[in-house]
Amino acid sequence: MSCWDTVADYALRSVGIGERLLPRSDFTLCQQVTLIGSGMIWNIYFGTIALLSGFFLATALAMAKAAHSPLLRKPAEWFIFVFRGSPLFIQFFFAYFLFLSLKNVFPVFSPLTSAWAGALVVLFFNTSAYSAEIFYGAMQSIPKGDIEAADAYGMSGWPRFRRIIWPTMLRLAWPAYTNEAIFLFHATALVFFSGFPATQQMGDALYYANYFADKTFNPFIPYPILACYFILLTLTVIKLFGIVNQRLNRHLPQLQRGRIRLRPMLVR
Amino acid sequence: MFSYCSDPETLSGLTWLSCYLTTGKHTSLYLSFGTVLLLLAITAPIALVFGFGGASAARSRFVPLSWLGKAYIGIVRGVPDIAFFLFFVIALDQAFEYLRHTIKCPDWDQPIRQGNDFVVCAAAKLPLGDAPQWVHETYGFFLAVLTFSIIFGAFAANVLYGAMQAVPRAQVETAEAYGMTHRQAFWRIMVPQMWVYALPGLSNLWMVLIKATPLLFLLGVEDIVYWARELGGTKTPKFTDYPHGDWRMWYFGALLVFYLLFTKVSEVVLGRIMRRLTHGQATMGGEAQRKAAA
Repeated sequence: MSCWDTVADYALRSVGIGERLLPRSDFTLCQQVTLIGSGMIWNIYFGTIALLSGFFLATALAMAKAAHSPLLRKPAEWFIFVFRGSPLFIQFFFAYFLFLSLKNVFPVFSPLTSAWAGALVVLFFNTSAYSAEIFYGAMQSIPKGDIEAADAYGMSGWPRFRRIIWPTMLRLAWPAYTNEAIFLFHATALVFFSGFPATQQMGDALYYANYFADKTFNPFIPYPILACYFILLTLTVIKLFGIVNQRLNRHLPQLQRGRIRLRPMLVR
Repeated sequence: MFSYCSDPETLSGLTWLSCYLTTGKHTSLYLSFGTVLLLLAITAPIALVFGFGGASAARSRFVPLSWLGKAYIGIVRGVPDIAFFLFFVIALDQAFEYLRHTIKCPDWDQPIRQGNDFVVCAAAKLPLGDAPQWVHETYGFFLAVLTFSIIFGAFAANVLYGAMQAVPRAQVETAEAYGMTHRQAFWRIMVPQMWVYALPGLSNLWMVLIKATPLLFLLGVEDIVYWARELGGTKTPKFTDYPHGDWRMWYFGALLVFYLLFTKVSEVVLGRIMRRLTHGQATMGGEAQRKAAA
């Protein structure tokens, strides 16, 4: 069986298209590269959707945390504390069993017991909390003069937020937010190890890497393959976020433009 | 545990709960909290040592050593840490067995990797096939500690490397002007001053380490996650005196609260340490303290 056949059989295996049975013996390098790459579909799916949707909730949470009214501020503070103060791993477990119990009472919740929806919800809340803290910090460090200038022009409320506060907040938060995005993608590797079942062995990249390591008892091939895929993904994220960063900073003189520094500090 | 627990079927309400929560298996759950704390207590200092070694190596003027240090710092970038956890546990285990194999069985002529098997001679097995259960558990825990230390050592190396760079250059230059050697300037000037710059990063790292402890479960250690899954699952009257439905949600809820409390307490304590260390320092924080007092 040539490598092209393997690619045709397994390239979309993680979403259930192609050969049903996973390889069981005589593992080739081609099989490992293809299947682990196929698993990356899930990592990209979880990361992208959670990031895009989490962005809006994070902005709202950051606004709420900066609000004067305790009715808005307290819930936002608690939400951020709960999701940032506990391990993502435990959050996955708790959410999975919570959804299982809910499913028994209200059948509406049954999609949430499968990974594609349930884990996505957890990741969405989690990244919202982390990003909200970043946005809140950026909002606190908006130069006072910017707001005063907006006031002097007679801006207030929504126009002031949309044209002054929000763009400046994003510009200041962007390097930290890039890190958050990278580590969110890394966190997606936890999904299939934390309660959520991989139905019909449709799992993410780490699931397949672990499968091969267990079967061949040789960790030195699947995990480096996985590492290569994730480094590629990380570089892509840095590239995309760098483009946005340039656009956010385009009005500043060349030397003042913030450069994104990767800080590997945000494991959950 | 309590005298009235002898016949659980007659109990109800709080007395039932008090008996239920003190069964032998629950004691194992409570002891596994000790496992987590033990892991933290052992890993944190070792990781700090690894980190210090990595950071000093990265600053070395001997180029291959500096590459080695930078590679160590760099490994955790770009790749999920959980992949490293799963990788190191098998890789370390095989490395130890391979080492023992080459020492203990020099006249073994078969290849070690036979197809999908990793075969070493019986004397090189770790732990030995006839070892008691506790040796297996301790060995598993030891591997987990080593894995955690290597990964968090890389994080710590990154923080300490940054802290060493943050010590004002003039300090080291002054030391050199006084005729100190490179080594003396490093140990007497750089190292004592770098900690205040390293502390914010290290306290962040401590929080990250706390939140990484449930990953012990993936390394095959019987930790709190393992016991929460075991004890929470549905129990039928056939196998236990305390039958109940699926309570795993409540068990994991309790774990969630435990971690929230743990991180909160750590945050408060680390905040106090930071306040004490910045006192009188020529940094923004120290300046703010001075102004607040005046």
